[in-house]
Order: sequence, then structure tokens, then C-alpha cells
Amino acid sequence: MYVAVKGGEKAIANAHALLAQRGSGKDARIGWRQVRDQMGVLISRVMAEGSLYDPDLAAKALLQAQGDVLEAVTLLRSYRTTLPRFGTTTPLDTSALPAERRISATFKDLPGGQQLGATFDYTHRLLADDLPTPQPPAAEATEEEVAMPRITDLLGVDALIEPDRPEGWSDPEPADLTREPTVYPMSRAERLQALARGDEGFLLSLGYSTQRGFGRTHPFAGEVRVGEVEVSFEAPELGFEVPIGRMEVTDCQMINQFVGSAEQPPQFTRGYGLVFGRGERKAMSMSLVDRALRAEEFGERQVSPAQDEEFVLSHADNVQATGFVEHLKLPHYVDFQGELVLLRQLRREFEERRELEERQESEQRRQAEQQDKKETAHG
Amino acid sequence: MAEPRIVYNEGYLDEQTKRVVRRALLKGVAVPGFQVPFASREVPMPRGWGTGGVQVTAAVIGPEDTLKVIDQGADDTTNAVSIRQFFEKVVNVHTTTHTEAATIIQTRHRIPETPLAEGQIMVYQVPIPEPLRFLEPRETETRRLHALEEYGLMYVKLYEDIARYGHFVTTYDYPVMVNGRYVTAPSPIPSFDNPKMHQSPALQLFGAGREKRIYAIPPYTDVESLGFEDYPFEPQRFEQPCQICGAEDVYLDEVVMDDAGAVMYVCSDTDYCQKTAEAAAAAGQEIPV
Repeated sequence: MYVAVKGGEKAIANAHALLAQRGSGKDARIGWRQVRDQMGVLISRVMAEGSLYDPDLAAKALLQAQGDVLEAVTLLRSYRTTLPRFGTTTPLDTSALPAERRISATFKDLPGGQQLGATFDYTHRLLADDLPTPQPPAAEATEEEVAMPRITDLLGVDALIEPDRPEGWSDPEPADLTREPTVYPMSRAERLQALARGDEGFLLSLGYSTQRGFGRTHPFAGEVRVGEVEVSFEAPELGFEVPIGRMEVTDCQMINQFVGSAEQPPQFTRGYGLVFGRGERKAMSMSLVDRALRAEEFGERQVSPAQDEEFVLSHADNVQATGFVEHLKLPHYVDFQGELVLLRQLRREFEERRELEERQESEQRRQAEQQDKKETAHG
Repeated sequence: MAEPRIVYNEGYLDEQTKRVVRRALLKGVAVPGFQVPFASREVPMPRGWGTGGVQVTAAVIGPEDTLKVIDQGADDTTNAVSIRQFFEKVVNVHTTTHTEAATIIQTRHRIPETPLAEGQIMVYQVPIPEPLRFLEPRETETRRLHALEEYGLMYVKLYEDIARYGHFVTTYDYPVMVNGRYVTAPSPIPSFDNPKMHQSPALQLFGAGREKRIYAIPPYTDVESLGFEDYPFEPQRFEQPCQICGAEDVYLDEVVMDDAGAVMYVCSDTDYCQKTAEAAAAAGQEIPV
């Protein structure tokens, strides 16, 4: 006698135990501080896509997720969303950020200079058995701090590039994607929020596709900066700004071509990327996609995936994407049963139709043969 | 001891968010079948695994409620167990597997066989809330179609089904017209369950977490499955009874018994199956197998 499949509760408990075992191993557990300090780039990614700047929690999430980045992002987001919101900080001033790294691909030298900083660029990617303990370079005799104006401000002087803000800009409240429903078309501020939370791999591929001609924007890396910036908050009861901490960000200003129109002289346009921590690949991809999504604004032909706001923004979120793809593992007995019943019915009807046709054909053949016989007999 | 850094609110969602969800629900009830956008939050399960249903349940549940969670009609499927355990953990709520005893029933893919009663709330987990989505992928476009009550696309699709196959070939998530105004996705319940939505005494709430939509069907609302005068909607039915409890006219799971093609048909609704089998045993009846 068949007994309906039971035991979901026990199965889940066992699965959880096995998972915990998988995540422990024989060696001593890795401490979350080790993960935080030694896997900084990974921590940055989890914080960026988890939309929560907290290296400690990101490290804990990664350990809990056994290194599954999207799982860690999900953990962080589902914690973040339960936190009460006190307000919003004042906009970060990234031109004031003392860059640990700052490069420009558009000018050999520029005010503030180029600074390579900590980067994988120009390293030889040779897999090493052991990592040497790093010797930090001797500090050079520092001249007095030089200002590092943003590249876009330098170009902006001659109106060679579109200004930071369009004419008649009134500083509207930027919407908050995590607290308000998504409605298309989105404002650029909302789009940038969605991109900042978006999956690095997805944005990388989309950005790459624009370079290969699918929504080409002729980009130049005007400036990429990494550094710590001060975060300020204006509490209504105080009435003035108070610094509440510092955070590391990566900021990318992409300079793109624009040929101009009847109303506007030709001018460079821009795409922008900003992510938590060290995330140059993501910041650059984001700025490419941001620019591609502004196609309508510049009256460009919209023919490529990267220019399609609904397509890009509704598929960039990896928490949503992985959840829905993986939900296919959930039982679908009921729907599958429906399809099974229908398919059998369709096949039955197909067979019946074919039999009927065969019968009709043989009947016709028989009649034709009889007719032939009759005619031969008469003849 | 230091206060733990990570603490969660009763019912997981913070009170502000619960109010956001409730406002969307109220709007949904006021405009039956209309998809209300809401700022869907993350919940501690993956998107596509019932996050919309979980948010709706979390927003309406209280300590006096009794919760039943089913997936594919059964209380014991792993995802149903997981969601039930989640609410036991975060709300400390009573749970049940008995349809009659529940005040809230969160479901994926089925409506229980036991008729629902006044005061009960059905919470449907919805993957794709837009019934026109597979005909028109753009949200901007489908919202316009709903606003204009322009459902020609859907009727053309149904017409094509008939032209090609002789009948409708949608077996689940079969579109319904709610209160004579909005074409609505009933979530992927089998077409067998569609008639149960019509004039149901229970409040029916739908949550689509990933797609950030909530909609509702208030009690005693007309819910008509789409069809034509000469080709009316017909729910899929089974000819055989359940081989465990003998119930007829129920939705069945086909269970493969061996590799020689032997199958067995059993109730998809495990609570109903158990109840019917017990009643039959009490009456001393043999179950025809």
C-alpha cells in the first residue's frame, strides 16, 4: 500500500545538519575578522549587492553562506530590510575624498596627479603556492596635500562635457527603491540605485556588450577613484550636519561621446558608477550601463539590450534572479499533472484523428478500386 | 552580557513595513483584481519561494491566528514546512494542518478541497502576477492594457488554442475576470481549482514578492474564468477516485509505482485525504482500489 510522501519536517532538519557539517571541516574555523581583513574585495561585493555598508556583517554572512556570494547577499539584505530608517545622509562629496587610488585614462597628468594605489592592474597573474607577507612601501616625503578636482569639473569649465546637473534642476528627493514600488520609467537616481545593487556579472556583460557595438557610447574612463569618504547626517532636531563615520567607495566617471543635435552643440556626456568598497569592475560596468540607459534622453536609437530600461533593471537584481531560477527546484506536481493530463488528451485526440483519416483514406481507396473494377467490367 | 546586535521584530517585518503591506492590501480589496505595486521587502527565503505570500501573511497575522501552510495541496512538502516553521519562530503562532481550523491559509499552487468559510483568509504565493505577461513582456504596456480594459490579446490567445487544439490548453494559472473588470492571474493553481474562487466566502489575498505586486479578491466576489459563449471554460477533471481515501472529484497526484508504468492516483490535498479516509474507516467502508 502506498503511503503519501511524508517526512518533510525531518528531511529539512537532516538537511540543515548536513549543511552545517559541510561548513565546518576539520581545521579550525575561520574567524570573521580574518575574512573581513583578508578578502576585502569579496566583502565589498557582498556589501554593494547587499546594499549595506558593514564589513563585519558581510564577513559573517559570507561565513554563514559557506562562501556563496548570492546567499550572503540575501542574508545581508533580509537583515537590512528590517532595520528602522532614521533618515538619509547628505550627498557624499567624492571630489573631497582623499583617494587611495585615482587614475584617469583621458589625461596623462591632471591636477592631483595619477595615483595607482592598491590594484591588481599590472600584476603578473602567476599562481603562487604561498603568499608573501607584504612589506608596505616606504612612505614618500609627502608634499602638502594637493586638491584632486574631478575630471568632469575640469572639462566642465569649457562646457565640453554636460554639467553635473541639467538646467533647471531643483534637487528633487531621490526616490528609494527599497521602500517604494518600482514604476517605469524610472528617474536616473532610481536607475543608479538599481544598478548599484545590481549583479556585478550581469552589469559587466551588459557594459561589455555596449563596447562591442550593442548600444555603443564611445566611452573613456575619465576617472576611477577609490578611497574613504566621510558620511554626514543632518538630524532634524539638531539642524546641522554631523559626521557619522567613514566608508570606502569606488567612483567612476565615464566620458562618452555625443554628437549634438539641432538644439545642442556637440558635447561629451557621462555615465556614472559608485559602489561600496573596492569594486572597480562593477563601478565601471555600472557607468557604461548608466550611459547606455540614457539613450532616450539624447535621442539615440534604442535597439540594444543595455539601452532597455525595463530589461536591464528588472533583471539586474541577483537576489531576485537566483531565487526565481532556483525556485524551479520546488515541487510543481500540481501544474505538471495538469500538463500531463492535457498532453495525454492531445495525443489521444491526435491518434483518433489519424485513425479517422486512415479509415477515410482506405474507404476512398476501396471505393476507387470498386469504381475501377466496374469500369473494367463494363469495358 | 551585551545586548545582541542582530534582533528581529515580532513577525519579522518591522511595524512600518507591515503598515505599508496592509495599505497595499486595503487598496487591493477596494479594487478587486487590480495589481497594487508595493515596495516588496526581502524576507529570509529566496525570491520565487513564496516571499510575497510570506509578506502578506506577516502583515495580517496575529497571535490569535491559526496558520496552515500548503504547497501542492500538502502540508508536509518541504517548502510548506519551512514557511510554517518560519512563522512558528517569528510570531509564535498556532499552526494546523486542518483546513477548517485555520484562520489563515498560505498556499502555493492549490486551493484546499474542503470548502472555505467566512472569516478565513487565503494567501496565495504568486510567481507572475501579470496574466498578460507571456503575451506582452513589458510592464509599461500591460499596465496600459489593464487601464484601458483592453484584453483582446488574451482572447486571441484563447481563440488560437481552440483553432489549433480544439480546446483551451492552459491547465494552470488559467486567467480569470474578477468582478467583471480586471483580468487576473489566479496564481498557478490548476484550472480544476478555479471555480472555488467564484463567490468564495473567504478573503483571497495574493502576494508576488519578486514582482512587487499585491492584489486581492474580497469575499463573495464574482470570479469568472475566461471563455467564449460557444467554448465555455471547462476545468480539468479526473475520472478516477483517490486510491487512498476513495474521494471523487478531487485533484489527484499521479504517483509512479515502478518502472513498468504502474501508477497510482492519490489526493493532492493531504488533509482532505486523511479526513475522508478516517470518515470512511469510521463508517466501516471498504475503499475501492
